[in-house]
Amino acid sequence: MTLSGLLSQCLALVLALVLAPLLTGWVNQWRAWLQNRSGPGLLQPYRMLHKLFNKESVLAESASPFFRAAPYIIFGCMTLACAIIPMLSTDLPLSIAADAIALVGLFAVARVFLSLAAMDIGTSFGSLGARREMLVGFLAEPALLAVLFTASLIANSTALTTIVTSLAHREFAIYPSLAFAGIAFTFVSFAENARVPVDNPATHLELTMIHEALILEYSGRHLALIEWAASLKLFAYSCIGLAIFFPWGIAEAEAPLALIFAIPALVSKLAIGGFLLALIETLSAKMRIFRVPEFLASAFMLAVIGMLVHLLLGV
Amino acid sequence: MLSLLPIDGVLAVIAAWLSIGICGVFALRRFAFVSRVLFPAGGLVCLALALFALQALFQSPQVAVLPLGLPGLPFHLRLDALAAFFLLVIGGAGAGVSIFAAGYFRQGEGTPPGLLCLEYHVFLASMAMVVLADDAYAFMVAWETMALSSFFLVTANHKVPEIRDAGFLYLLVAHVGAIAILLCFGVLQANTGDYTFANMRAQSLTPFWASAAFLLALFGFGAKAGIFPLHVWLPEAHPAAPSPVSALMSGVMLKTAVYGMVRVSFDLLHLQLWWWGALLLAVGLATALFGVVFATVQSDMKRLLAYSSIENIGLLFAAIGLAVIFNAYGMRALSALALTACLFHVASHALFKSLLFVGTGMVLHATGQRNLGRLGGLVRFMPWVAWLVLIGVLASSGLPPLSGFASEWLLLQTFLFTPGLPHPFLNMVIPVLAAAVALIAALAGYAMVKFFGVVFLGQPREETLREAHDAGWLERIGMLWLAAGCVVLGLLPTQFIVLIDRVTIDLLGWGLGRQVAQTGWLILAPFSVERASFSPLLFFGGVLFCSVLAFLLVRAIYHGHMRRAPPWDCGFAWQTARMQDTAEGFGQPIRQIFEPLLRLERHLPTAADREPRYRVVVGDHSWFRLYLPIAHGVEFLARQVGRLQRGRISIYLLYSFLTLLFMLFLVR
Amino acid sequence: MNALISQLVNLFAAVMLILAFAMLSQRRVITLIHLFAMQGLAVVGATTVVAYVTHQHHLYYSALLTLVLKVFLIPFLLHRVIDRLNVKWDIETLFNIPTQMIVGIGLVIFAFNVSLPIARFSETISRGTLGIALACLLLSFLMMITRAKAVPQVVGFLAMENALFFAATSATYGMPMVVELGIALDVLVGILIMGVFMFQIREQFESLDIRHLEKLKED
Repeated sequence: MTLSGLLSQCLALVLALVLAPLLTGWVNQWRAWLQNRSGPGLLQPYRMLHKLFNKESVLAESASPFFRAAPYIIFGCMTLACAIIPMLSTDLPLSIAADAIALVGLFAVARVFLSLAAMDIGTSFGSLGARREMLVGFLAEPALLAVLFTASLIANSTALTTIVTSLAHREFAIYPSLAFAGIAFTFVSFAENARVPVDNPATHLELTMIHEALILEYSGRHLALIEWAASLKLFAYSCIGLAIFFPWGIAEAEAPLALIFAIPALVSKLAIGGFLLALIETLSAKMRIFRVPEFLASAFMLAVIGMLVHLLLGV
Repeated sequence: MLSLLPIDGVLAVIAAWLSIGICGVFALRRFAFVSRVLFPAGGLVCLALALFALQALFQSPQVAVLPLGLPGLPFHLRLDALAAFFLLVIGGAGAGVSIFAAGYFRQGEGTPPGLLCLEYHVFLASMAMVVLADDAYAFMVAWETMALSSFFLVTANHKVPEIRDAGFLYLLVAHVGAIAILLCFGVLQANTGDYTFANMRAQSLTPFWASAAFLLALFGFGAKAGIFPLHVWLPEAHPAAPSPVSALMSGVMLKTAVYGMVRVSFDLLHLQLWWWGALLLAVGLATALFGVVFATVQSDMKRLLAYSSIENIGLLFAAIGLAVIFNAYGMRALSALALTACLFHVASHALFKSLLFVGTGMVLHATGQRNLGRLGGLVRFMPWVAWLVLIGVLASSGLPPLSGFASEWLLLQTFLFTPGLPHPFLNMVIPVLAAAVALIAALAGYAMVKFFGVVFLGQPREETLREAHDAGWLERIGMLWLAAGCVVLGLLPTQFIVLIDRVTIDLLGWGLGRQVAQTGWLILAPFSVERASFSPLLFFGGVLFCSVLAFLLVRAIYHGHMRRAPPWDCGFAWQTARMQDTAEGFGQPIRQIFEPLLRLERHLPTAADREPRYRVVVGDHSWFRLYLPIAHGVEFLARQVGRLQRGRISIYLLYSFLTLLFMLFLVR
Repeated sequence: MNALISQLVNLFAAVMLILAFAMLSQRRVITLIHLFAMQGLAVVGATTVVAYVTHQHHLYYSALLTLVLKVFLIPFLLHRVIDRLNVKWDIETLFNIPTQMIVGIGLVIFAFNVSLPIARFSETISRGTLGIALACLLLSFLMMITRAKAVPQVVGFLAMENALFFAATSATYGMPMVVELGIALDVLVGILIMGVFMFQIREQFESLDIRHLEKLKED
């Protein structure tokens, strides 16, 4: 473990923790602007976190210790996920802990704990949300894996740093297989981050909500941690997408100084990505919950076709 | 000091089990003696077996001949690395289940405790003998003993007609399978008349006969393992048995079929053809998908686990299939990886499935309910069981850093890195199948969340559940042992792979051990760190560190006020526990998506119903399309034959007379 | 240079395949026509690249012809047709989309295995494209089978023609100009006839659902 590796690791982690709520704020702000509203301001998520951390936590009478432990575990999972994704540099000492498959496993752990915590109280909303979350998860997870498999097959490795390095030094300008994978990944990240075609983060209407139904019983510090973890998840997903499909500007092990340029590169990529996310959200309508499996199954199939195209064309 | 060879040790263990069983017969009704002395003793003997097996893994194969059975036809036994590995699994999982069983069995349930003790230990001994056997005769005797003893265990509660039916179905399928295995050995010995495995290894069959032997083995062992479409007995028989027995059957007995499959295809057959592997792969994945879809829609907790076993068996067969494909093309490194993934999953499934089954046993005892729709909220009344079962649930969902994930990770690696197969079609299809494995794993997570969430979380759906009591200390020890196994296997996979290494070197001439050992004990990297690496300890440490740090920071900054209040009822003040999602409700999305796979019978209430009832029954197409027609055909034939029966003695004499004439005509 | 060219052709091939799958799973008639126009554009791109590499001038003309015909004229005609028939916002009920896609994946694998021996002999820019062209053809065929309305069927037919054209340019560097002109004319005449038919069907049955044609069968 080199010093520069340690430095880039810590930098990535701190950046993720600090920037994640900002990304959420950015997306929400753009959504507001695109919908002709003035919007709450970029810093709203921070104010929200601050408020929630200072509020009294109201716990349901029937809550078990499981319910109280879950937010910390979910937060821990998302933090680790941000630590192993090569967003700034491929020189990450922690990245040996988990490759692409384990990363998806990490998201799955968080999802399972969130769903189980929602079922713990025993209200009809909680179990409804848990069921829907698992429904989204069981299709989105293999789709995400298949997207990562396409990249793994190109790089002949499932280690995230190796994938990003080899994609950054690609001899081909455009991978046809990655085009499929990219579309699939977009679908998956909308579903996984509870964004508009699948779920609406700004609603509390029982017919449509998924994420909000899960966390209905949380309040105070627990809710703050979960909201923060949700921001981290969006951040992590954005970074995976950027690292695989637009890997330029990410520093490498031999060039620690590139880290200085990697930060503005990442921020500007995230800014553009966040704007596009808000744009797509504004342009599309929320689909019925019965359509969601079809949407996600299409994503899964697209990702599989991406793998297939790679295997067929050899690129 | 007397040096004790591992094979002698194993034989001593088998003898010990048999004598414990016989002790049980003499103490037929003395419940306390059987449960507090005999079962724990059996558990200790299991531990001894695991130790002997561990010792045997690092030694060269040992042979023994037991002068038992028919004159001139002794039992040949052989303890090689493969056998030792499976003995390790039997011992390791068996120890936990036996200790649990000591606390589990209650008085006055069907079969007397002493008899149950006999059947249980004979079952264990026969499983060990199956693995140890080195000739077809010993193998078949042990195999049949295993089937019979487990049949009696399944029908322990024989006063219930459903359990009797389940038992008979099990016996029937087991015997059809046994015939296929016998025929397979018949083909393997190639008309030499010598049924020892040593002779079979020496034969080189033509591809046609080798394929015949392979297909017979697939049918025979597949029937025992419950691969599609030979699975119908499994979801009936496993839930019918008492829980420790279900645990042994699902966790350990199914693995003897996997053992048989590996033994025949890698040891006894001298060649492998690629299409065998493709067949195994297709059958395995179909079984896995079928099993997991059915698991998600079950509303009986033991049936849910039984279907989950079908899924895992499917994955194991798929892994064997990959190993066969790679071996057929001489790619030994990848073949070793596939076989390692298979054997790792054998051990991991043995542990977590046993744990889950004994957990359901505890729930069953405490509440008397198997139906998920009448359970709920048990984490408050039986915390020990709930938290230990949670470990099993997480392992079974294939979540890192537990054992289920490690084996799944290895399996996915095998699927992904196949380029270089000389067969373009396989080259194209196998990596794509990795996506199918991912789908199966994610669905398994769905089923397990449903299982744990509905049984242990939420509000108790019945008032009687509030009186549920937690596990006793023997049961706790048994469950702790199994849960610890899941955790250790998950956190230290490299150490375990070094053990499996002996088996793959023995069978394939290649092992992952050296490569894995190179990167150190912390990191699991089957090829190189650049290509793929996973470090469960770092992973677990990372999550734990972040969570604990978050907890401490929040605690330091936060004022710590907390209030308990009734849950938010959304303005509807009459919330009851019955309004939670039921098992049927939780499985509904899957039922809708996979509707063509299921045979649904739905009764919807109309608006005018006074007492509206919603009922949905999920049936299995293969039962109605395959088994019932066969059964009807057999019945029809039997009726035709039945016409011979006239009831008059002179007609029977006429039959004998005609037979005699026919025989004389033949030998003329 | 050559590597980049073959990548470009591969990319256009992949785009065609994506569009073929998108058409297979698209419910709205109007989006279907947009997708068809985009597919035409991909064919134009591929043809231009091949023309540039091989210095075959007649391929430029055929690219131009495709552009005019398949990207502008035919989509325009189709738009007019659906406007007149008032089916612009029609939504078709489709059989389960993921199942269709699984069948589609099977077809892709099949197409590649079939075209593998042929592709081995070809020394053109990219060998994989023939397989993709064949796969697109089969997918369009599948789309025609699963559709119940007349306009999507016509689009499916035209997409099949696109795939054939793509196969011709990428695998054999195009057909002689005369043949291409003939085909273009055929397609144009074909679409006019189909347009007439659609109006006829509509007048006869008050609907464009071609399942009504079953009534014509003699009993």
